Parts: sequence; C-alpha cells; structure tokens
Amino acid sequence: MAPPAAPLHIVLSTAEWLDLLFHYLMLSVMSIGGAIATTAEMHRYLVEQHHWLTQSQFNDSIAIAQAAPGPNVLFVALMGWNVGINAGSYGAALLGVLVTMVGILVPSAALTYLAAQWGHRNRELLAVRVFKQGMAPVVVGLMVSVGIILGSANRNPATDWPLWLLTLATTLVIWRTRLHLLWVLAAGALLGWFQLV
Amino acid sequence: MSPMTARPRPTSLSDLFLSFTVLALQGFGGVLAVVQRELVERKRWLTQEEFIEEWAVAQIMPGPNVVNLSLIIGGRYFGLPGALAALGGMICLPLLVVLSLAVLHSYYGNHPGVAGALRGMAAVSAGLIAATGLKLIVALKNHPLPLPVSLLIAVLAVLFAVVLHLPLIYTLLVLGGLSCWLTWAKLKGRA
Repeated sequence: MAPPAAPLHIVLSTAEWLDLLFHYLMLSVMSIGGAIATTAEMHRYLVEQHHWLTQSQFNDSIAIAQAAPGPNVLFVALMGWNVGINAGSYGAALLGVLVTMVGILVPSAALTYLAAQWGHRNRELLAVRVFKQGMAPVVVGLMVSVGIILGSANRNPATDWPLWLLTLATTLVIWRTRLHLLWVLAAGALLGWFQLV
Repeated sequence: MSPMTARPRPTSLSDLFLSFTVLALQGFGGVLAVVQRELVERKRWLTQEEFIEEWAVAQIMPGPNVVNLSLIIGGRYFGLPGALAALGGMICLPLLVVLSLAVLHSYYGNHPGVAGALRGMAAVSAGLIAATGLKLIVALKNHPLPLPVSLLIAVLAVLFAVVLHLPLIYTLLVLGGLSCWLTWAKLKGRA
C-alpha cells in the first residue's frame, strides 16, 4: 500500500540516511533540557538545509505529538516518519522512525544511565554543581527561542496575526495560570476547525 | 521514615514496563505531572524529596527529561534491565499511538477543519514551549549568578537562536561555557 500523496518527493541515498542518523546522534548529546531544546537545530537541518520536510510537516509533527499521549520526544519519530513518507513508502517511513529515534535516544540514554549513578555518589562535588547550575540560563533562553521560532516561522503578518495572538495568549495562560494544557490545546483545535485562526 | 520499613517498589521488570506504559498513556501534552502523581502519590515508590533529586539529574543530562527520569527510576531497582524496561514502557505503546495518528492525519489532513485544528494546536504548542521557558526564569532567582547576569545570558541565547540562526552547538559551547565559567568563579569564591 502506498501512502497518500506526499507534499515533497525526495530520494535519500544510504549516505544521506547515515547523515540523518549521525545528526540525531549528535543532537541527542546536545539535548540538555530535552529534545525539544534542539528543535531549532532540527528545523535548520531538515527544513532549511536539506529540504527533507516542509514547514507544515515540521509544525504538524510537533502538534500531533503534543496532542497525543506520551512523552513529547515522539515528535522526533514523526519527523523521521515524514521524511520517509516524502521518500515514497511506509517502509521508508518506518526506517525514518528507527533512524531518528535510535539517534535521539541512545547516546543520551547511555550518558544518563552512567551519570545518574556517578552523579548521585558525587553530588556535592563543585564540578557537578557548576555544570548543573551554569547551564540553567542558556536552557531557559533556548526554551523561549523554540516557542518564538515555532510561533513565527514562515508566516505572513497580514493574514496570520490571529495565530500569533493565539500563541501569545497560550504563553500567558500557561505561564501565569494552572489551567490544564489539554483545555488550551482543545481551544486551539476548535478555533482552527472553525477557521477562526 | 526508617530505612528498615518495607517500602513499596516495583515487583518485576514487567511491573516496571506496565507501570510506565500506563502513566505514559495518561500524559497528554507532557508526562511529568503524571509521573509525579503515579509514582510518588499513588504507588509511593519514591518520596517527594527523592523525586525532586532524580528530576534534577534527569534535567541536567541530555535527552528528554521524562525519558531520563524513567531510566533513572528503572535503573535504581533493577539496574540496566530495569532502566530498559521503564524506557520501553515509556516509548513503545505511545509510539504506536502517535504513528497511527500520523497515518490518519495523512488521509484526513487535507480536510479544512483538520488542517485548521492542527494549525491552531501548533500555535498553542509554540506558546506552551515559550511559557515553559518563562516559568523556568523563577528558578534563575536562586541561581548563584545575579539575576541580571543570568537573564542577560538567557536573552543572548534567544538572540543566538532566533535572530542569528546559529547552530545549537555554538550556543551551548560559547554561552554555556561562559555561563559555567562565571558560575564556577562565583561558587569557588563562596567556598
């Protein structure tokens, strides 16, 4: 069975699949603060540099993973899935999931498992505290950056200002209140369904 | 609590796998709150203090925070097999769910309502991530560096990523290095 028409038609060589794997292995090591903190880099690599994903596939991958239950890192699997769909088959899509998920999980999981034991034994050590606290401001800045990039990418201010307003309103509501995220996501889905944003 | 008291703990690898599967499937828009409720308040595998301690490690290490947390908790009881069982529970079934949604989306994604709903949810997701960043600013108040300095570093990180489009590695090496060095000087001065 062939997937429905993909928005892009690409051909990936074995070398390019390996490039994708190595890129995600590298992103995994850099993903302090979660895989979501490397989203700006994934966008630069997948959309801007290689044109393996369209902007809307990129955004949809994150939106679907956010709407579904489970850890948010599954958006990475959807990006791999969509790269494979653009390459033309469900087999390639499964390969894409395998490549991106192995890439994003294996290095960080190995490092975390080893460090959790070591760090627990040495948690009073100066170097442990310096690293843990020193990275905090950068992590905060990167998190806000991802929101800005996702909220403003590829959009036209004249027609898309309602979407910007929705992003801004969500930011304020989630930041300042304890309202459950599901209600805000449902509100966004309803506004979109009725073409209000 | 006396360490001699028998404490609740996962009984087997399959108990770990199933427990993490169940809590991952409840986590719409993020699993952290569910992990805390299930493992600390309901199952009592961890105390509140232990949870915060493990969470700190999960956060400083690279990788998805809740995935790291599952590895740490699983590893605590059954070593490497436990870590893998908890990780598998967190990932396997939710992955099938999300891929099924993606296939459905490929058939119905052109429906204007579905496309609009996803557009709306994407805008909400962007706001959620930005809000998470803003919430973390509170944590900077307890940072060894003075608040204006740590805020300046955070703003520079935004500038690097949003305005200059620099690859992440430069931001982490240059700004992270600078920030760790300043923090080191400060903590060393106190000692």
